[in-house]
Amino acid sequence: MDQPTPSSPAEIVVQMCGIVKHFPGVLANDHVDFELRKGEIHALLGENGAGKSTLMNILAGLYHPDGGSILVNGKPVSFSSPRQAIQAGIGMIHQHFMLVPSQTVAENILLGLDEPRFFMQLSKYEQEIAKLSERFGLKVDPRAHVWQLSVGEQQRVEILKMLYRGANILIMDEPTAVLAPTEVDELFNTLRAMVAQGKSIIFISHKLHEVSQIADRVSVLRRGVSTASGVETRSMTKTDLARLMVGREVIFSLEKNPCQPGKVVLQLEDLWAENDKGLKALRGLSLQVRQGEIVGLAGVAGNGQRELADVITGLRKAEKGRVLVDGDDITNRSVKTGIHHGVSHIPEDRTHVGSAPNLSVTDNVIMKKYKHAPIARGWMMNAIAATNYASELKQAYEIIAPNLETPVRLLSGGNLQRVILAREISSQPALMIAMQPTRGLDVGAIEGVHRLLLAQRDAGAAVLLISEELEELIDLSDRVVVIYEGAIMGEVANGNIQHIGLMMTGVRQDQLADHMEAAHE
Amino acid sequence: MNKLLDRLPFRIELEPRLVQPPRWYPWVLSLLSVVVALLIGAIVLALAGGNPWASYAHIARASFGDIGVFSDTLVKAIPLMLVGLACTLAFRMKLWNIGAEGQFFIGAFGASAVVLLPVLPEDAPRWLFIITMIVFGMAAGAIWGFIPGFLKARFQVNEIISTLMLNYIAISWNNYFIFAIWSDGGFQMSKVFPRNAWMPRLTDYVDTIPMFRGLTTHFGLILALVAAVVVWLILYRSQWGYEIRLVGDNPRAAQYAGISITRNTVLVMMLSGALAGLAGMSEISGVVHRLQGAISPGYGFTGIIVAWLAKLNPIAVVPVSILFGALILAGREIQPSGIPKLLQGIILVSLIASDFLMRYRIRVHRKDLLKEAK
Ligand SMILES: Nc1ncnc2c1ncn2[C@@H]1O[C@H](COP(=O)(O)OP(=O)(O)OP(=O)(O)O)[C@@H](O)[C@H]1O
Ligand SMILES: [Mg+2]
Repeated sequence: MDQPTPSSPAEIVVQMCGIVKHFPGVLANDHVDFELRKGEIHALLGENGAGKSTLMNILAGLYHPDGGSILVNGKPVSFSSPRQAIQAGIGMIHQHFMLVPSQTVAENILLGLDEPRFFMQLSKYEQEIAKLSERFGLKVDPRAHVWQLSVGEQQRVEILKMLYRGANILIMDEPTAVLAPTEVDELFNTLRAMVAQGKSIIFISHKLHEVSQIADRVSVLRRGVSTASGVETRSMTKTDLARLMVGREVIFSLEKNPCQPGKVVLQLEDLWAENDKGLKALRGLSLQVRQGEIVGLAGVAGNGQRELADVITGLRKAEKGRVLVDGDDITNRSVKTGIHHGVSHIPEDRTHVGSAPNLSVTDNVIMKKYKHAPIARGWMMNAIAATNYASELKQAYEIIAPNLETPVRLLSGGNLQRVILAREISSQPALMIAMQPTRGLDVGAIEGVHRLLLAQRDAGAAVLLISEELEELIDLSDRVVVIYEGAIMGEVANGNIQHIGLMMTGVRQDQLADHMEAAHE
Repeated sequence: MNKLLDRLPFRIELEPRLVQPPRWYPWVLSLLSVVVALLIGAIVLALAGGNPWASYAHIARASFGDIGVFSDTLVKAIPLMLVGLACTLAFRMKLWNIGAEGQFFIGAFGASAVVLLPVLPEDAPRWLFIITMIVFGMAAGAIWGFIPGFLKARFQVNEIISTLMLNYIAISWNNYFIFAIWSDGGFQMSKVFPRNAWMPRLTDYVDTIPMFRGLTTHFGLILALVAAVVVWLILYRSQWGYEIRLVGDNPRAAQYAGISITRNTVLVMMLSGALAGLAGMSEISGVVHRLQGAISPGYGFTGIIVAWLAKLNPIAVVPVSILFGALILAGREIQPSGIPKLLQGIILVSLIASDFLMRYRIRVHRKDLLKEAK
């Protein structure tokens, strides 16, 4: 109504000027400028803890800036709650979804709205929602319960929630970090449909190729300062972007020493296990990982990767088969037995499994060390030793946190991941199960993790790397095995992507030749 | 209601608190919520036709007015401290032990058994009596905590229900013994314990220090203070306490770190029960000196409030218990005696309400500014 009609394609919908935000001990945003045009996808890049989420939380009305001004559609605004931001057409989709699992999609979308008042005439709203989801290619059943949905579908619900509230400007905080590659493509189609219909999108990501693929322009933050503001993506190479983010050259190719595999550390024999829903997730899986090698496990998400990690680490019972570590049978033994055998585990889900959100950084890094000297002293704990240990790790792994007493829930996503990595790697494991270890990390940090994993390997650890990033798997691993529906399809040592891709769809290695021929004909 | 709010010149909004509040904040909040509760109580008193200030002054005088009544306040505070600690420990692991009342009664029973079974002869030395009674009281409480702990760990039985039910069983169990077995000449109470089984009181030392005349504060205070320090040490300085805090914050992370939740569930419930049992023992041996029915004006339940008000901090349990001891004592002095109960209730409600402010922040906006923005 009082919205001005689009006059030129370069119409500016959001203008943030000189935004300053302090947190105790850190300057998260230091006079940051940011500008969003109508109908564009604008990527926001930056290292972990650079202040991306903070800047966007300010725009979405969650934080109040200490300084600076915000113009939306040319008018100054000062939001004091997300509600006001959404009234101005700005909606944010956070990395951690905020849905009620026991309710349906439609109920979740309507939650907190003034309408419907008392009578829930759900079918009417369900139709509206269905229409909306069709318009933007967001496939989801309004009547499904949220707990039944995959992560990708839940994200769609979050997007619908914002669209339903009339958002014209969507902020997406690392939306692709939790998605499988196919889901990423679907998301990108949705994003394109949305901008085609006049919406504007801010897209936070650490994946440079995604940024080049989807974004029109890009802004970069480094330690709270903007190092690039609204640069055309076309004019930037991956290396340029990385340099702007990190402030130095980032080496994308890894220096790898030749692999010198030693004795077998992990031996899996005919493993069978169920997933949380009681369906067979592992069906007779066998695998070996030797000392001094990194074995990559490739596969489409949900083919038993998580269950496999759980079974090896003792978090899940195997129904059949054996898990041997260093020749000792630890099948269905406690997690503690595994830890004693030097099994370390970087879990996929860092907030719900890998950390205790309300406990301090110190308490979180000593999780597997608190029973060993010097932190343990008789039945007591040596608080000073614990603090010293934590501050060592904080330095070594460049964890950015105001202090060691900070509850880890206040750390930025990447820094939380570093806390977990620091804890798991510093235990000098014999066997390391690393699941999506670089998820949510910036390019510089990814490089660091890769180097750490290689160092583990060179120090004689056996590493099982589970990842959905094929590139990462192929670069890091000495051999890649492919999992499909809970069984190993085969093994690739030369990084043949085509073979891996075929096996990921369920073709066994011995049938590969036939399939390739079929494809040629 | 909405119309009314619209007419105000400012708007009040709540927003989630994303930044960690400063350390002092929870304490100020607790203090304020007590103050607010007292103010609400004052309004209720005034509406009921009483004079609130006179009542409060009376409560203060009746519980802190001189060393004599203060001593009585402490006597009431001792079981609250122990039960408050019991709840603090369990709540830290998010085990909702609301069975401290039953564990208290069973602890009293266990301690009495030392005299009444008898475990020790009547002329056993006092120190032996006291130690044995402590052991029996705590063991009995621990058993009463073990049952729901085991049921929860093994069969996922909700501990709120099981501990609540065990309260009734404990009281009936006690009643059976005082009515039927240890009844003293048909009265519903046991015989008075021999002097050797009494915990020393200040008044026992009146010969050396005349000032102690009539002061009934007993050795249980020392036990409670020691227990507070021990629970603090366990929670913040021991490996076990670390496990408890970890399980309480994120059980899945604890599992992932190799910590046994079932084992800790049982152990924490046992120690929690033992502490509540110690409260029962201290009440029997320090105050009542016999086993009878009415030994608790709901200490076990008040302990829950105490633990919350102390923000699950074992050291803070001590002053908070003294405050509540004063309220219980005032209940005897003030007519109608329901008023201190009422205050307790209001304090709990305003306390729970204040928790909201830990997580949300209130912002007041001037309206005209907002219109400008739009
Ligand atoms: N609520 C908070 N309280 C205290 N410090 C905070 C808070 N939120 C963020 N910070 C700090 O501000 C800095 C910027 O954090 P922010 O979450 O914006 O980073 P980010 O760029 O999103 O990083 P990541 O890529 O790791 O998610 C970090 O050092 C973080 O620890
Ligand atoms: Mg972030």
